[in-house]
Amino acid sequence: MSLLNIQNLTLSIGDSAILKDVSLSVAPGEIVAVTGESGSGKSMTALAVMQLLPELAQANGTLSLDGINLLEQSEEQLCALRGASIGMVFQEPMTALNPVKTIGDQVMETILIHKAMPPARARQHAQEMLERVGLPADRFPLSRFPHELSGGQRQRVVIAMAIALRPKLLIADEPTTALDVTTQAQILALLKDLVQDFGMGLLMITHDLAVVADLADRIVVMRHGEVVESGTTQGLLANMQHPYTRMLFAASNHQVALPPAPAPKPLLQVKGAVRDYRLPRQSLFGAPGHYRAVQDVSFTLNRGERLGLVGESGCGKSTLTRAILGLEPLQGGEILLDGGPIGINQSAEQRRKMQVVFQDPFGSFNPRHRVDRLITEPFHLLDKPPTGSARRDLIAETLTAVGLSPDDAAKFIHQFSGGQRQRIAIARALITRPELILFDEAVSALDVSVRAQILDLLAELCKSYALTYLFISHDLNVVRTITDRVLVMKAGEIVEQGATEAVFTSPKHAYTQSLLAAAPVLPDLGKGADVA
Amino acid sequence: MLRYSIKRLFSLILSLAVASLVIFFVIEIAPGDPASFMLGINAQPDTVAALRTELGLDQSKFSRYAAWVGGMLSGDFGTSYTYRTPVAEMIADRLWVSLPLALYALALSTLIAFPAGIYAAARRGKAGDMAVMGATQLGVAVPNFWFAMMLVLIFAINLRWFNAGGFVGWDEGLLAGLHSLTLPAISLALPQAAILARVMRSALLDILGEDFMRTARAKGLSRRQALWRHGLRNALIPVLTIIGLQFSFLLAGAIIIEQVFYLPGLGRLVFQAISARDLIVVESVVMLLVFAVITVNFLVDLAYAAVDPRLRSRT
Repeated sequence: MSLLNIQNLTLSIGDSAILKDVSLSVAPGEIVAVTGESGSGKSMTALAVMQLLPELAQANGTLSLDGINLLEQSEEQLCALRGASIGMVFQEPMTALNPVKTIGDQVMETILIHKAMPPARARQHAQEMLERVGLPADRFPLSRFPHELSGGQRQRVVIAMAIALRPKLLIADEPTTALDVTTQAQILALLKDLVQDFGMGLLMITHDLAVVADLADRIVVMRHGEVVESGTTQGLLANMQHPYTRMLFAASNHQVALPPAPAPKPLLQVKGAVRDYRLPRQSLFGAPGHYRAVQDVSFTLNRGERLGLVGESGCGKSTLTRAILGLEPLQGGEILLDGGPIGINQSAEQRRKMQVVFQDPFGSFNPRHRVDRLITEPFHLLDKPPTGSARRDLIAETLTAVGLSPDDAAKFIHQFSGGQRQRIAIARALITRPELILFDEAVSALDVSVRAQILDLLAELCKSYALTYLFISHDLNVVRTITDRVLVMKAGEIVEQGATEAVFTSPKHAYTQSLLAAAPVLPDLGKGADVA
Repeated sequence: MLRYSIKRLFSLILSLAVASLVIFFVIEIAPGDPASFMLGINAQPDTVAALRTELGLDQSKFSRYAAWVGGMLSGDFGTSYTYRTPVAEMIADRLWVSLPLALYALALSTLIAFPAGIYAAARRGKAGDMAVMGATQLGVAVPNFWFAMMLVLIFAINLRWFNAGGFVGWDEGLLAGLHSLTLPAISLALPQAAILARVMRSALLDILGEDFMRTARAKGLSRRQALWRHGLRNALIPVLTIIGLQFSFLLAGAIIIEQVFYLPGLGRLVFQAISARDLIVVESVVMLLVFAVITVNFLVDLAYAAVDPRLRSRT
């Protein structure tokens, strides 16, 4: 007898169909993972179960929890079910909690709103729940506010709220996507533990196939609002039926072949770089404190080399990146590009040797400019920017190089998908033929299939343009395939560096070891993935 | 919280000191001699000299500034040149009209704006929202003195519920005093309420889109419960800013309404003092208003911290 039973669920908002004939079920104590790329309808499926859909959404079919058809319940009945019979954990722990209420009040609210216990008992129960999710009372009293906790700790509070009344079904929508790998591993272990302990059903929504393979009892693969394939994790991994499923797993584990790096000849030299941030004064006349974001970092990036920089959030990799771009002053050490110093006041000459590609393909373009203007922005760094037909030819050549058409030059940015936008960002970085390109989490926001294409593009560009780049990412799998050498950063320091494959196969530093151990890995799919 | 309050208090005192310096020296720098300016172009030289001595203009700048600030601290604002009465008394009399009027108007404005804004936000895009938004559009667009005249026409002249103007004084009792301030307070409050309701609505709508509101709904709160328990307090932060600005305006900017209703308030006092070139009165009232504005800002800062725990711990 399944706990959650979805049969032929269709959902439309206005004229657009969001979900088409979705069927899936979750049994008590079972973890079912719904996976797919953005726009596949996986989050909408979760919201449909909660019946927290957008106002104009129209749902049809069967959606029953323990024999109760949720689609036929009144709003009042649904309020009684939400939080008590179904709990939900969301993606963004930083914003999922009310900033002006204490964590104790917020956990207690779940209990009190359903009048499950008198207030005094509820307080004690909230404390127990926080302890259960790993927030002991001596360090995390009920009176703490959300802003006093880290992302992982906040996600634990959200989980405590969701499980406070021991719901039969827990829905987790990308619960670890916003977290670092080590935190992710802890949260996933906690969820798994709770499912066993409470006998809950867990409906887990995630795009991360490595997480899916690690955690789920059964997998449901969705695309464009439809379920393309579902089955037990073992069975599905061993024998994928649908080409989309195979593509998805292959793309997640996509490997590229980089051309060999030329003989070492230094291009970028970072020598003992130190970056301090001033903290607010503790008292009126006391000296302000300092926070050292980058501590005595030294490394060399050779011409033609592809270097990776990995580390968890807050490790200082973004600060270091900005310092290399000459956007942050250093308090010690120096950074040399091609022998010349980099700093806040560097010359245009020096600036054009370096370009950057950012993470967000949606926010990093001016929406009112056409593509030709967007990608020629770095021209202002040139002494004699090309004009007329030379300019047109260069634009056409660069767009072709990144896999777009020269006709795209006249379009606006909103006419492109996320992957195409990232290609345009690469074109913008490439057009002045810089010596060095910085990729700052450049593929992190992309779906796996698009990410695989962009990685292919980079490998191709390495062959045709002999690129030198610094690839900053938290995604270890990507760094492993796209770089020759890697730096591992922790708390402002480079704790390990070396040839990428060597660092990944036999990490020396304890931190690198724990990082690699925490990262969920795709199982070796063997022949299952190859049968196309 | 205590640290934060002390810090804010320190900045309040600093602002007041800077403001007093600016006010004093602007009048000092102003071309011409204050005494001859006050007496007009036809004044006799010995009259001017006498006034200079009376005003203390023959002393050094520093000692005059010290005397002015020292006087204000001990409640002595000097003597009005035109009325020959202590400025402190004149201001106190007027303040007993202006302050209650401002508070009355602020209370009305908040009482109208909060329910209207919450109602509109809860019914976003529906008829109720449109009606409230239409009404507030009108409230923002129509000047308050026109409201004032309409109120007089309807409630004073036709219905005879209120007097058309004047203030009976607090000696007649609290209710009688409030009664005679009601029409002015309403005409001051309506445009303010319209602005405040719009701010309340948009602040709430912003909050309704926040992730934690969805979390609240997932816990089993109804839409209304989520709005009241989680939405309102977060929406208060921008609303408090506007309330602070509005109070300062109500205290100092009621001059037209005081004129329409013939109320002996601070606005009219400044107006008369400027016409009569009574610099001592102008200087003192301006300083008092600056004091009021800075104090209100201080209170708003404290209210922020009471609402938002992130501010308390940051400093």
